[in-house]
Amino acid sequence: MHLLKLILRNTLRHKLRTLLTVLGLLVAILSFGLLQTVVEAWYSGSKAAAPDRLITRNSVSLVVPLPVHYRDKIRGVDGVRSVAAANWFAGVYQEPKNFFPQFAIDAVPYLAMYPEYRIPEDQLRDFMRDRKGAVVGRKLANTYGFKVGDVVPLKGTIFSGSWEFVVRAIYDGAASTTDTSQFFFHWEYLNESVRTRAPQRANQVGVFVVQVSDVARAAEISKSIDAQFGNSAAETLTETEQAFQIGFVKQTEAIVIAIRIVSFVVIFIILAVMANTMAMTARERMSEYATLKALGFGPGFLGGLIFGESLAIAVTGAMLGVILTFPVADWFARQMGTLFPVFEVSMHTVWSQAVCAAVVGVAAALLPAWRAAQVRIVDGLRAVG
Amino acid sequence: MPLSVPAVQIRHLVKSYKRGGQVVPVLEDITFDIATGDFVALMGPSGSGKSTLLNLIAGIDRPDSGELIVGGTDIMTLGEAELADWRSRNVGFIFQFYNLMPVLTAFENVELPLLLTGLSSRARREHVDMALSMVGLADRMEHFPSELSGGQQQRVAIARAIITDPAILVADEPTGDLDRASAEDILSLMDRMNTELGKTIIMVTHDPHAAQRARLMKHLEKGVLAD
Repeated sequence: MHLLKLILRNTLRHKLRTLLTVLGLLVAILSFGLLQTVVEAWYSGSKAAAPDRLITRNSVSLVVPLPVHYRDKIRGVDGVRSVAAANWFAGVYQEPKNFFPQFAIDAVPYLAMYPEYRIPEDQLRDFMRDRKGAVVGRKLANTYGFKVGDVVPLKGTIFSGSWEFVVRAIYDGAASTTDTSQFFFHWEYLNESVRTRAPQRANQVGVFVVQVSDVARAAEISKSIDAQFGNSAAETLTETEQAFQIGFVKQTEAIVIAIRIVSFVVIFIILAVMANTMAMTARERMSEYATLKALGFGPGFLGGLIFGESLAIAVTGAMLGVILTFPVADWFARQMGTLFPVFEVSMHTVWSQAVCAAVVGVAAALLPAWRAAQVRIVDGLRAVG
Repeated sequence: MPLSVPAVQIRHLVKSYKRGGQVVPVLEDITFDIATGDFVALMGPSGSGKSTLLNLIAGIDRPDSGELIVGGTDIMTLGEAELADWRSRNVGFIFQFYNLMPVLTAFENVELPLLLTGLSSRARREHVDMALSMVGLADRMEHFPSELSGGQQQRVAIARAIITDPAILVADEPTGDLDRASAEDILSLMDRMNTELGKTIIMVTHDPHAAQRARLMKHLEKGVLAD
């Protein structure tokens, strides 16, 4: 009780210094949390992947398409429950900066494979009936103000020309981590249009999404699918949806690594600042520590005072930083639009922030506490505070 | 009057410091006794070793060699933790600059040594009330050191020194930072501690006027007892 009282009063002794240190910690913990959230957002696609979904693509590259007739052959592979074609569309909505993912899909099997996309039945029915219909995610709809019935014009990049789609359904995510920033439309509509605009590119598919009946056999089924097309003009590479998503992230891994490093550099900087503060504090109070020692208090009590003060500052800064991370992340996500499909502060990030703050609090106090414990009383009494 | 059993027995005490690789002798072959209940003034010029001798007697520094028995305990044989425990029970400290905790009130400063005793909160309060009353600061117990004059701060320090009822009080220039009137107050208070409570007081001072309050004066010159 007395130790706590001393810690609290010592912490508030130099209010401006404490305030500035807490502020520094707040900014560091907040920055760390945001950067970690960016990293997690990068991996959100792989985390949302289902284990029973495989992706089959051209083994040469993702940009090389596959013939659509592979669909029937894949469907015939033992263990395959369902197959859906999907094409990356990459249209521009009004301006290139308005990026959001667009996919032409085999609507019925595809949407059945993604139960996490929750679509009202009547809207789904309307979408299925309209060959130019589109399903948009809630986040995307909110970002651009899309409503059911709206016409969305897209300027093709991979598939040139102007395209128009009618929003027939808006889907919500089953969980807060479900990506609701996507735009889906019928693959048949794309293929019909391509057939007239560029016939040589018709009947081609970017990837096949394959649902397996037994997750445990996913690897075996992947091999069976690829074996079907061995030594053909378009050999395939089948992998789990998660591996496919991670492959995407790996293309930008250097950025992710850089963000991770920066996030820890921020923590290291605040550790140095905090260590300096605590060293300065302990140096100023050396004669008080010596007096306490002369009165009979042991090194443990002195260590408690220094560690307690350091942790009090660290915990206060961390708490404020963690609390602020949520609204700032919300604001950041809004500014980023649909660039990050899922941008959510996870419990893992909050725990990481707490652990970093604790490490900073303890590490910053280590040297001053050791010095205070070691100082000879006669030397400490001579110290000028 | 001093009793015949010595409170402090010093035999052939030697102390030196290392400075820049050189050994600097501070005390050389010091031998004398301080009787229980005595009031001793250690005097001498700066660097004569009087504060070092006081620190050794108080158990906050270690001699190189010799014999040092304080209150019947050979404190040279005690480990750090044992020595800290011994100090808390046997020695009261009065410093030149009071050395009060600035974030604690007068009451809390005086209470500090009692936190090591296991006394109940109520018992501690009674002890502190009594000690502060003895030094004439019963009405200032909730004041912080910065709200007290130098003389009052030193009186708080004296209350803190006597709170655990130690047999020995060590005072290093207790009036060195005070004006004449306050110094007189403090010396009178120390005199009362000696005569009324029977405390053995060992005081380091430069001030001959202060030293006259002591019953015995010891002079040190270059680490050697001059008389």
